[in-house]
Amino acid sequence: MSVLVYTETDKGKFKKNALEVASYASEIATQIGTSVTAISINATDNASLGAYGVEKVLNVSDSKLDTFNAKAYANCIAQAAEAEGAKVIVVSSSADSKFLSGILAAKLNAGYVSNVVAAPESTTPFVVKRTAFSNKGFAHTEVSSEIKIIGLSNNAFGIIENSKTAAVEDFSASVNDSDFGTKSIEVDKVIGKATIADADIVVSAGRGLKGPENWGMVEELADILGAATACSKPVSDLGWRPHGEHVGQTGKPVASNLYIAIGISGAIQHLAGVSSSKTKVVINNDPEAPFFKAADYGIVGDAFEVVPELIEKLKEFKAQNA
Amino acid sequence: MKILVCISNVPDTTSKINFTEGDTKFDTNGVQFVINPNDEFGLTRAMWFKEKQGATVHVANVGGAQTEPTIRKALAIGADEAIRINTEPKDGFFVARQLAEVVKNGGYDLVIAGRESIDYNGGMVPGILATLLDMNFVNTCIALEVEGNEATATREIDGGKEKIKTSLPLVIGGQKGLVEESDLRIPNMRGIMMARKKTLNVVEPVDAPSPTEDKKFEKPAAKGPVKLVDAGNVSELVSLLHNEAKVI
Repeated sequence: MSVLVYTETDKGKFKKNALEVASYASEIATQIGTSVTAISINATDNASLGAYGVEKVLNVSDSKLDTFNAKAYANCIAQAAEAEGAKVIVVSSSADSKFLSGILAAKLNAGYVSNVVAAPESTTPFVVKRTAFSNKGFAHTEVSSEIKIIGLSNNAFGIIENSKTAAVEDFSASVNDSDFGTKSIEVDKVIGKATIADADIVVSAGRGLKGPENWGMVEELADILGAATACSKPVSDLGWRPHGEHVGQTGKPVASNLYIAIGISGAIQHLAGVSSSKTKVVINNDPEAPFFKAADYGIVGDAFEVVPELIEKLKEFKAQNA
Repeated sequence: MKILVCISNVPDTTSKINFTEGDTKFDTNGVQFVINPNDEFGLTRAMWFKEKQGATVHVANVGGAQTEPTIRKALAIGADEAIRINTEPKDGFFVARQLAEVVKNGGYDLVIAGRESIDYNGGMVPGILATLLDMNFVNTCIALEVEGNEATATREIDGGKEKIKTSLPLVIGGQKGLVEESDLRIPNMRGIMMARKKTLNVVEPVDAPSPTEDKKFEKPAAKGPVKLVDAGNVSELVSLLHNEAKVI
């Protein structure tokens, strides 16, 4: 009857979103009066989840699962859910978790709610708040199936320490050859750089930068802040930046603590996509740019003067606060 | 190759979103409906398979009669036939069950759906559909090639991309990248005329559960006014971000 949480790893170490979903699962477990069990795959630091309220970790060790495979991973989670009799399963909003959640929902005949932004409003009936209409609204969604899968939005609940001792068990999930109808043949991933999905800070720029050759200062600003870089839709459509950086309604959503928009006017589709960011800063030479109405802080000025100046001031700030 | 493109009828991306009936329903008043953008990228890729590889392309939509203009647009873009499952799309699970019936009966090799609709954003239809049908599945797909029975797909992952080898029958959760924005087609007059004559089959839904229900909606809270910092005083911004917003 425990709450089951799927805790993702990267090279054996738990990702930041794993700690957040564990914290969230712990809150649900408190609400319904049970404990949290985590399911992890080839994780090396399983006991560390105890700090976030997890009391039991089922770890699957299988070299066939070294590379993510949605169907095989969903099968492992489904088997863990069955073993635990779990009625609530918590997953993150990473690309991998979103990939496997539909598969898991079909396997368990479960209702799945994605993009959830808060602890359940009630557990009988089970109602959660999620974003809808591409962040232009929220829905309060009731899940009536016996098993419920809750997909938590990135950076929506936070990482909350809740010191427990996690008992780690080897879990031998059966993995079938038929799960590998899709085979990963090449992964092309930026190493050592924050991604839009899990960065605390995102630095984004638009057509106001005039051309791809001017992105050096955006990258420098991102480097200083340890931020991910992003861009507006026109910039990715023009091929100035890769599609993976496009944020907005048809691109990626951003839910960072700080979002800095440089030379982005703020079309309704863009503003929707970044609305979950907690603090928004806009730098634009047009005081009428719609982004000023959606931002917390703004500078009306030429990006080519303001951004280098901001880089200098941040360097000084970092030197003082190092 | 027989392709089914699943299309959702959604408010245009520029729509302002409002709710009605005590915030329990989306207010469609004055809203322009379009093919869900994530689906349209897939439809356009399907047109490529039709033109270059002789594929047959059908589109399916779960919706009432009001979605037919959107379905006709897909036919005007070039789909050969359409199927409308005559029921309101209650939730993702329900929609996937309806589409699974269509796929089973139609013998499709490739099913392309969007990774999510831009209205309810459930993001579950392609995954549930693939699993119900025991077909291979690639989500957030940004490139797709098919040769005979073999398929190579690229999916977007956090911070990069992954190339995947798989085979038909296959379900794709598509998005921008399957084709570029500039590849999208605006139906021409000939396409629109031809679309009127193409088959649009209306089929009745099967019984299926809908385990989730949106009970109430709300709009995001209004934002306070922006705090402007003078362009000549950038250090003030740094100090506000550190001391007030506490984000650096």
